Amino acid sequence: MSQPSSTPKRVRVTRSRRVSQRASWRPVAAELDEQTGVGDVYLEGLMRAQFRLSVLVLILLVVGLGGLPVLLIVFPTTRSLTVIGVPFPWLVLAIAFYPTMWLLARWYAAQSARVERQFRDVLSGR
Amino acid sequence: MTSSLSLVAVGAVCLLTIVFGALGLRLSRATSDFYVAGRSVSPRMNASAIGGEYLSAASFLGVAGLIYDFGVDQLWLPVGYTTGYLVLLVMVAAPMRRSGAYTVPDFAEARLQSGRVRLVASTLVVAIGWIYLVPQLQGASLVLQIVADVPGWVGGTVVAIVVILAVGAGGMRSITFVQAVQYWIKLTALAVPAFVLIVLWVRAGHPAPDVPSTSWEVALTPRAEGDHPTYRVYSTLIALSLGTMGLPHVLVRYYTNPDGNAARRTTVNVLLLLGLFYLLPPIYGVLGRVHLPTMPEGVRSDSIVLRLPGVVVGGLGGDLLTAVLAAGAFAALLSTASGVAMSVAGVLDQSLMRPWVARLSGGDAGMPVGFRLAALAAVAVPYVVSRLVEPIGLATMVGLAFAVAASTFAPLLILGVWWRALSTIGAIAGLLTGAVAATAAIFASIALRPVDGWPGWTGALLSQPAAWSVPLATLVTVVVSLSTPASVPPGTTRLLVRLHTPEGVDVSRSRPDD
Repeated sequence: MSQPSSTPKRVRVTRSRRVSQRASWRPVAAELDEQTGVGDVYLEGLMRAQFRLSVLVLILLVVGLGGLPVLLIVFPTTRSLTVIGVPFPWLVLAIAFYPTMWLLARWYAAQSARVERQFRDVLSGR
Repeated sequence: MTSSLSLVAVGAVCLLTIVFGALGLRLSRATSDFYVAGRSVSPRMNASAIGGEYLSAASFLGVAGLIYDFGVDQLWLPVGYTTGYLVLLVMVAAPMRRSGAYTVPDFAEARLQSGRVRLVASTLVVAIGWIYLVPQLQGASLVLQIVADVPGWVGGTVVAIVVILAVGAGGMRSITFVQAVQYWIKLTALAVPAFVLIVLWVRAGHPAPDVPSTSWEVALTPRAEGDHPTYRVYSTLIALSLGTMGLPHVLVRYYTNPDGNAARRTTVNVLLLLGLFYLLPPIYGVLGRVHLPTMPEGVRSDSIVLRLPGVVVGGLGGDLLTAVLAAGAFAALLSTASGVAMSVAGVLDQSLMRPWVARLSGGDAGMPVGFRLAALAAVAVPYVVSRLVEPIGLATMVGLAFAVAASTFAPLLILGVWWRALSTIGAIAGLLTGAVAATAAIFASIALRPVDGWPGWTGALLSQPAAWSVPLATLVTVVVSLSTPASVPPGTTRLLVRLHTPEGVDVSRSRPDD
């Protein structure tokens, strides 16, 4: 280790420099509000999480409901198949569909609220 | 089939609507009371009100009529009416509430900062609302013709007057109470007779329905040569799933939720209430085939719900059940008609009446004057149309309103909530494309129809335009937006912050000022 030309003056450390750090603390909400790069990242994250959840529900809907005519065409026997005395398409469309929709909606609402709770926690926890 | 019981029941429903409207008058003071009930409605109450408003004559009478006529493939109608709320829930419910706007044109203007977008959206709200009101008024005529043997114009006139009084008197606050009550009236009115009919059917040894054709019983079977049932099913599903969010009277309800999360919980409750209700119409359609396999000459199948108790039960019991159903049908008509009229009146008031009244009175007249004039105009125009055009089936006519709404407002709302690059010019281009495509197709399929109908695919594409007009409008919106980046409004990011940030996070200057 080479010796510098002049050694810096010795400093006595008595406490951490917390105070000056605290002064620079800014709420994340302000970042969102002022459209800084950091705020954009947070908002991007929230929107992407919500959007992914919404798209997942839509995919379930398209596959489950939009797939029904495909099923009926590809396997024509399903058109006349009877389950507990009711033809299969009637059973699905007139009865089973409705409770399924409600449960799916409930699940979505709970998940969506959870995403928002996490977002809120991140903001207040910083 | 004259029945004084039915008349009493219908009269009671009308009276109830006006009385609640008058009660609301006492409570309505500020502008926000008129529009959004002061934003103090709980998710349960709101869900009942949405159910009450949404379940129209098309659901109460029309769905059973179509199932009676065409069978299994018509089960997609109530399915589509329900998925509409699921799509609304996952795409726009919470952000829409957080936008802090009153109406769809308000949202369009706030999101795109353009008066021109507002003008286009306002025009569309009024047009869709009027299309939607016509079948409600025709349904009223149908009900009174059957239960009271009065001339056709009476029912429509009664409903038009009651709606003008109720909407003009109290605005949204009264209507929220009325709508919530009317959901439960409708559910009971359809459920009790259905229960009686099922019990009688089982006691009679559950006879099989008299199936008119293979396509009635077997899914996706063409009704005739050149019929495309699969395309029809998909196009209907697209129109109803996306059209729901674009119906002007639907989103207005979301502004009455206290916050975005409540908007979601409200929608979940709505799906439960709709599911309960839509279990019932197929029962009437199928039992109609059991007990009344052929309709008398010149009678619309929309009336199957009202005719069934008279045929099956007969006597006083039959009259009583018919009266209950007539009351329910009227509740359905009145609630939907007043909800739609409310939205149309709101838009007319804001963009036409208020400036006009202010100019005439020099600013002295209070807000209700303009609003009441708007309510009158909102109902008078579809009333005249309903007298002039031939009825084409309640659920079919309502389907047209859905198709136009899906082709215009659905792309605007979904892209507006989720896509930063949406530009003002792109939005206008998309709205106009969707509106022109959907209305032109529908006009061609009804007014320019050749005597034996448009052949094959032409007929299918024209009468069910949603499957191509919605993607077209979306494509135009996206392409034009991408090629006009200069007209993306400057505050877009800040607005998206407002739409997606949960309540309770203090985004100081991004809060809506309400």
